Amino acid sequence: MDAKLATDPADIKNGTTTERSSDRELVVTRTFNGPVHLIFKAWTTPELLMRWWAPESFGIDLVGCEVDARTGGRYRFVFDVPGQPEPVAFIGKYLEVTPPTRLVWTNEETEDGSVTTATFEEKDGTTRLVLRDLYPSKDALDAALAAESTGGWTEQFDQLDVVLASAE
Amino acid sequence: MVQYQSLDSSFAALSDATRRGVLEQLVQSDASITQLADRFGMTLTGMKKHVSVLEQAGLVATRKVGRVRTCRLGARTLADEAAWIERYRRLWDERFNALDTIVEELKQQEEADGRETGD
Repeated sequence: MDAKLATDPADIKNGTTTERSSDRELVVTRTFNGPVHLIFKAWTTPELLMRWWAPESFGIDLVGCEVDARTGGRYRFVFDVPGQPEPVAFIGKYLEVTPPTRLVWTNEETEDGSVTTATFEEKDGTTRLVLRDLYPSKDALDAALAAESTGGWTEQFDQLDVVLASAE
Repeated sequence: MVQYQSLDSSFAALSDATRRGVLEQLVQSDASITQLADRFGMTLTGMKKHVSVLEQAGLVATRKVGRVRTCRLGARTLADEAAWIERYRRLWDERFNALDTIVEELKQQEEADGRETGD
């Protein structure tokens, strides 16, 4: 038997990939070692989201997490960020919740926020995630990516970047 | 105001050898359009067109002082965009690594529950 084929699924590198698929869209992919209903549960249960959405390595605390994971329901994540006097809130609405395969939500902390679509597909006990972040315009995505942007996400990214760099 | 353009316009701007040469030159030092035209053996008009394409892609910025238009590297380069996307990838990757731990816990919990109920 080929030893390479006998690799434990848990040992397979489930690398995160990112690409800019168009002027307005970023796509993130990842495979998780678990069935789709568990992955979906981790994406829609506040107590679980609080443990992974802002992992320890970020150095920021997710202090509040309200999630009404139903189509039309709203969410609100509140973070304490070092050096920021006020907590930072991420808010939006679930445009579609189809357990356990599809989540669509808005990102309303900035005017030009994206609409994020996450699809989950199970295969042989693993789950493939494809996450699409679609912005209202090319400029909005450019601005979100650019360090000069004043968009909430970008500020957040920058702060996370600092934290990540110091953790390395 | 700096305008951020898509990767497409960057690629279009970089599809020309002269324009790539101009960027390499500007990495070394700022230069006037006249200096660039001389260096690449082109007319002023021809060089102006190339610089204009690079400018529209955000790769080069120009500033006119008196009669001289000086070119320098723009606020955005391909490397910048790649760095931004890498930062975005890292953000999600950190999250997903934490999520892996939770998924593993949920799996074990489910197996334990299954044993208890005799499934």
